[in-house]
Order: sequence, then C-alpha cells, then structure tokens
Amino acid sequence: MTDTTRPPRPMGAYRPFFKRAALTACLLAIAPLGMAATLRIDNSAEPGTLDPQKTSGTWETRIVRELFETLVSQDAKGDLVPGLASHWQLSDDGLTWTLELRDDAQWSDGQPLTAGDAVFSLRRLLKPELAAHNANLYYPIKNARAINAGEAAPETLGVHALDDHHLEIRLERPTAWFLQAIAMPEAAPLPEHVLKESERWIVPGNTVVSGPFKLSEWSPQDHITLDKNERYYDADKVSLDEVILYPLEEATAALNRFRTGALDISYTSVPGGRFQQLRQELGDALRVSPLVGEYFYMFNLKPDSPLGDIRVREALNLATRREVITDQLLGMGQTPSYWLVPRVTEGGTKGEMPMAQLSMDKRMARAHELMKAAGFGPNNPVKLTLRYNTLEDHKKIAVALAAMWKPLGVEVSLVNAEAASHYAAIREGDFQLARYGMVATINDPYDFLGSYTTGGSAARSSGYHDETYDQLVEQSSETIDTGERAELLTRAQQRLLDDYALLPLYDYITTALVSERVHGWEPSPMDVHPLRYISIEE
Amino acid sequence: MLSYIAKRLAMAIPTLLIVITASFFLMRVAPGGPFDGERQLPPEIEANLMAAYHLDEPLPMQYLRYMGNLVQGDFGPSFKYKDFSVTDLIAQGFPVSLELGGLAIVLALLLGIPMGVMAALRRNSTVDYLLMGTALGGIAVPNFVIAPLMALFFGVILGWLPVGGWNGGALPNLVLPVVALAIQQIAYIARMMRASMIEVLGSHFIRTARAKGLNERQVIWRHALRPAMLPVLSYLGPAIAGIITGSVVIEQIFGLPGIGRYFVQGALNRDYTLVMGTVVFYGILIVLMNLIVDLLYSLFDPQIRYDD
Repeated sequence: MTDTTRPPRPMGAYRPFFKRAALTACLLAIAPLGMAATLRIDNSAEPGTLDPQKTSGTWETRIVRELFETLVSQDAKGDLVPGLASHWQLSDDGLTWTLELRDDAQWSDGQPLTAGDAVFSLRRLLKPELAAHNANLYYPIKNARAINAGEAAPETLGVHALDDHHLEIRLERPTAWFLQAIAMPEAAPLPEHVLKESERWIVPGNTVVSGPFKLSEWSPQDHITLDKNERYYDADKVSLDEVILYPLEEATAALNRFRTGALDISYTSVPGGRFQQLRQELGDALRVSPLVGEYFYMFNLKPDSPLGDIRVREALNLATRREVITDQLLGMGQTPSYWLVPRVTEGGTKGEMPMAQLSMDKRMARAHELMKAAGFGPNNPVKLTLRYNTLEDHKKIAVALAAMWKPLGVEVSLVNAEAASHYAAIREGDFQLARYGMVATINDPYDFLGSYTTGGSAARSSGYHDETYDQLVEQSSETIDTGERAELLTRAQQRLLDDYALLPLYDYITTALVSERVHGWEPSPMDVHPLRYISIEE
Repeated sequence: MLSYIAKRLAMAIPTLLIVITASFFLMRVAPGGPFDGERQLPPEIEANLMAAYHLDEPLPMQYLRYMGNLVQGDFGPSFKYKDFSVTDLIAQGFPVSLELGGLAIVLALLLGIPMGVMAALRRNSTVDYLLMGTALGGIAVPNFVIAPLMALFFGVILGWLPVGGWNGGALPNLVLPVVALAIQQIAYIARMMRASMIEVLGSHFIRTARAKGLNERQVIWRHALRPAMLPVLSYLGPAIAGIITGSVVIEQIFGLPGIGRYFVQGALNRDYTLVMGTVVFYGILIVLMNLIVDLLYSLFDPQIRYDD
C-alpha cells in the first residue's frame, strides 16, 4: 500500500510537475488513447486443442484455464481458492459435495452461467465418444466409470443442479483428492447453449468463455491472442488487456527473443548444459522452482527378470550416487530423492529408502554383499538392458548409472529410442530398467502412489503387486481426515520403498524466464500461473 | 504438349498410390502409437481414444476408410491438433512455407548462377577459389548452426532484425530465415553451375561460335548459358518441392508457422493422418515440379520437343 498523505510543498516545487504534466498531455494527444497492457508469453508448444475436456499438456491448460473459469480455482501460488463456486461443502459421510455458484457469473455472450452448465459439462466429459484423456479423474462420481465405458447413459451421472446456483455431486465412495479434480479445467462448466448447436465451437473471436480472457486470434504455430473478457465476474481485478502466446519449442529461439525484449515470459525449458551461463547472464529473470514431478527408473519386477530379486534392486539403489547426478550432471537445483512422491506434493507424505541415511562407503559395502548373496559379482556379472528416451540429459544420466553400477559386476547395455517407441516398450513391459518421469496431473500423492496399485499404469508395466500396499492406498484415498490420511500415505509409500520397487533419482524442478517488468508471477508447484494475478509495467 | 501433360499426370496417379500405400503401412509398423506418452492412459480411456479415431478397426479397413476420404479431398483429423483437420493445418501453413521457400530459391538463383559462371570463367584463379571455397563452406556448415548464429549476431547483438516470428510476413522478419534457407542452395547451385559451365565452354559448338568471331560476351550469354543451366534446372524440380514444403530447422529456430515441422512432429507423435497428409502433399508437389521442369527443358534445350 502506498502512502498518499504528504506534507505541503512550496509553490515553486510544483514547476517541474507542471512541466511534466504539460509534456504528458502533449504525448497523450499524439499517442493512441488507452494503451493496452500486453503480455507476450512463450508457451513452449502449440496447443493441440483449446477444448478444456480434450487437453493433455500444460501448454494447453495454461491457455484453457484463462478461457474457462473452473468451479474451484487456483491462486498465484497454486493454492485452491473459490472460482465459479463461492462456497462448497462435503457431507459428513464424505459422499456428497454441494457447490454454491456465484450469482454474478455469466458467459462472454451475456448469457447467465448456471449449475446446469456444470452438469452438462461433466456429462459431456464422461461420454466415451469424447475420449477425454483425464476422464478417469472423475470416476469417483457415481456411475462415471460405467458411462465412460459406454455401459450407462450420461444422464445417470451423479451430478445434479439443485437450482441455478447449486450443484450437487454424489460420489461412489469418499475421495480425499476430489476437490483437486474439480479444480482441473476438464471440470470447468461449458456453455451448453453453444455446444448444443455445434461441437466445432472453439472459433477465434467467437468462442463463448467464462474466464478472464477471450480467444481473439489463433494462428496455428504462430501465435494465440487473448483479450480481456469484460464480462468476467472479477474483470476489475484483471490488469492485462491482451496476452499473446507464441508456441516456441526451441530453447535458443525462446532465449533470443527474451533477450531482445520480444517476450516477457518464457516457459520453454532452459537447456541443462547452459544453465550456469544463463544464471549469470539473466540473474533473477531465470526462475527455478520445484515441480510436483518425479524422475525415476522403473524396474521390471516380473519373475523372469534379474530385477525380480529384491537384493539386486536394493544393491542398484545403494550404488546410485544421486548427488552426483543432481549436482554435477544437471546442476539446476533438483533434489536427490529416495521416494516416489515428490516432497513438494500436498498431503504431507513422508517415507524414504532406509539407506538414504547411510554413508556412501557403507552403502557400497552392503551393495557388494547383496550382489554376492544374489549370486552375482565381477566374475559373474548380471547383464541388464537400460532404456531411455532421446534427450541429452537422459543419456548423461543413463551413462552415469552404468558407470556407478559397474563395480558391483553389473553390465549395462543402453537402449535409446524416441519417446513413442520408449513408452510403447514400457506399456508392453518390454524392458528391464526404463527411464520414467511422472509429473502430477493433480497435486496429490494419489497421483503417484495410485500408479503402483494393482491395475495402475506403473504396476501394469513393472509387474508390481502387493495387496497390503493396494489396501493402504485405497484406504488413504477414502480418508478425509488429513492427518490420518498422511499417515496412511506414508505407510503405503514406505512399503513400496522397502520393496525397492523403483529407482528414484530426483524431484523435478521447472524453469521459466520472467522479465523484471512482470509483477505477480509466483512459483507454483503445479506450474500454474493464472494471468489474472499478473501485471506488466508499461 | 497438352497430351504429354495429361499423360504425365495420369502416370502420377499410380506413383502417388504406391507412395500413399507404402507410407500408410510403414507408419503402422513403427513401434508405439499416437497415445503413447509419459503418462500411460488407463485401458478404458485408451479404448475410447482408439474407437474415436477408428484405430480399433482392422488395418485393411482403416486403409480403405483413409483412401475413401482422401478421394474426397479429406485428409482426416489430426490426432494431436484436435481442433484442426490436416487439410486446415496444411492450408494455413503452406502459404508461409511457400513464401519463405520461394524467396529463398529466387535468392539462391540470383546469387548461385552468377557465382558459378564467374568461377567457371576465371577457372583456377583466386576468384574461383574464393567463390568455391565460400560455396563449400555453405554446404559444409549446416543451417542449424548458421541460423542461430545469424539470429544472435543480427538480432540480439546488433539488433538490426527481429530474431524470430512471422509477423504476417513482414520484410524484416523474412530476411534472416530466407537467407539461412538460401545459403545451402546458393552453394549447390554455384558449384553445379560452375561444373556445367566449364563442360559447356569446352564443347564443339562453343568452339564454333568463337571461330565465327563472336565476342566472349555473346559466346557466354547467348550460347553457353542456356545449355549450362540444364543440370541446375533438373536439380530445381525436387529442390523447389523440398524447400517450399518447409524446413523444420528454420521454422523452429525462427518460430515460423510453416508446414515443415509437421513432417517431423507428425512422425514423432505417431500422428498418422498428419504424416500421411504431408507425404501426399509433398508427393503431389514433387510430381508437379518435375513436370514443370521437364516442360521448361524445351525452352533451354532446342533438341527437346513435346509434340502432340
């Protein structure tokens, strides 16, 4: 807050002020009136879609969140705050959410935004023909899974408009992370009156939206222009008039444009090899913040794999010098990890591999013992194939791991493939050790731990199966009490780590270039930076 | 001439059919699919996606469906760019690639031909070594090295030109990408022109022209230049088709909205329809460009006639 009360000044002191005022008046007469506050962002990639229910990447949700206000929103730091819903409450049995919608919310065409739009949106999201990537986040809603599998009609979904401003969502079972799902753009209400007319509704200049910005231009691979939506309920607090987003994928291209002042924010990842040089050159403009994401190696635990033996898995974990990878190979501030759930994740999940506290000498001694007990050693090496997808940093890490494990008598063959082949091999279980990265869709430990429960993606690929673990994760998902839930999650994670089911390496970070003219940009663990909190100096 | 053109176009149909069929099945042989990514999808969701894009049908059925749509001019929906059809994407990106590539080719011809001629006329002189040394440099240094250096020097350090962006095709935005795209072509054309000019200058009809007492300028411009251009002309057909369908490197470095990146991105994302669309489009362009070049031959070589 600025202090506006000042002591009176002598008349002469105002002369410079009058001069400046006269000059300003002249300039204003020449310059176009109402100079727009324009923010130029490098969005890192071209969005595949701006339909909020079909998106699959941050470069899409970054825009979609600005166009469609969610029921529960996120603030500049990523914390959940009221959005279209001003209040919400959960019934005592944890099965019914009731959300109260703001009465001043409206669509950009002036039509009122009602609870009926929210019902329409969630039913559409779960229709199998829409093929929404994240539809499974909403399976806790009554009948959702059956609808998405084409076994029930969308009208049977457990979502109802009690009146124009009250929405009721009934769940199959209590789900602790459900509010996070409601805060996703997929669950944002959509304009039923527009979508009833046509499914080709994302039309620049004509898309009916509810968020702080409207889509005014979309020139594929060139730029997207968003204009302020004056009908947004909180429009008075939105400082930017216009936002232009460029889909730059090449780091050097983005850097050059940022250096010349043609960009105010860049989200294209800074290349690891040039990080230190850029840190010196750009100073505070280079922002590094923790991300809810984990870099790890997946083990194939199926019995015919040498990694089916827990002693080998533990030995590999023991011999891995994570600090060498984070500090010397990457050097961007990643945290070495001995867990699956990144520490920055909401929910307070703890637990780590027991050897995290041991000195390196002790770790190596134990690793040798374990390998010997498993029947391996320098004279009888275990041969492992390690897969990674094409990226310079992945390659460096893979080579380093092979070198770290060599003293144990582990012979590693490296297999590099481009992303689609790599992930197809993982999906089919055609690997022994595979580089993997998990970035959270929702800021909740369930997103990570759920993948190792029976039927989860990591469990399907790796062959991990532990009924107690499944029960603990399931129980945590249904426990609303945060303290009790954190304890269950910690126990579940500890079980997974005690089994050495994976080889965690580090918690992800994210980088961004933010000009000093930009204000209100905060680090956020889910890398969500709502534009309504951002302003730019002219 | 017209019947020759009609015959050539008719012959293009089986060629394109083979290209389309081979590309269709080769794409499917590549491991992985359009929905394989870091986040594995639950089986229910994957089944919905496969059904939405008819990928759950037997492959021959998918092929027939694709061909049926193609005959109607429909390249299908892009798997990755869901709000656009492949036809939309090509229609929006091609004018950009055409403008860039067209200007680059014009620049390459304007500089490459005189360079080649000059080097041929001053064979084994300092000028020849200098010009051909420069051309060799142009070929040897790839454009992913030259383009960022140009952007850094002229854009960031000197601040004379924008470092990237299309800006509706404004001239300052065109300079760096066009030059970066043209450099290699200038070098190829200059070397080709030099070799061909040297060969032509040693031929009997040039000796005859000189014996008739024509001055050197007439010998070069009236008699030697046209036949010396023939190899360049043959090269231009596929080169123009290649350059106007965009360059993934130049487009990414300068952030330009052409169609070059679709070739690479489509293949990496297993965006089957996008890859097929760009392949078919490129195939048609190659056929057309080769036809145009063959027709132009008759202008440059009096021995070639396309009589009806």
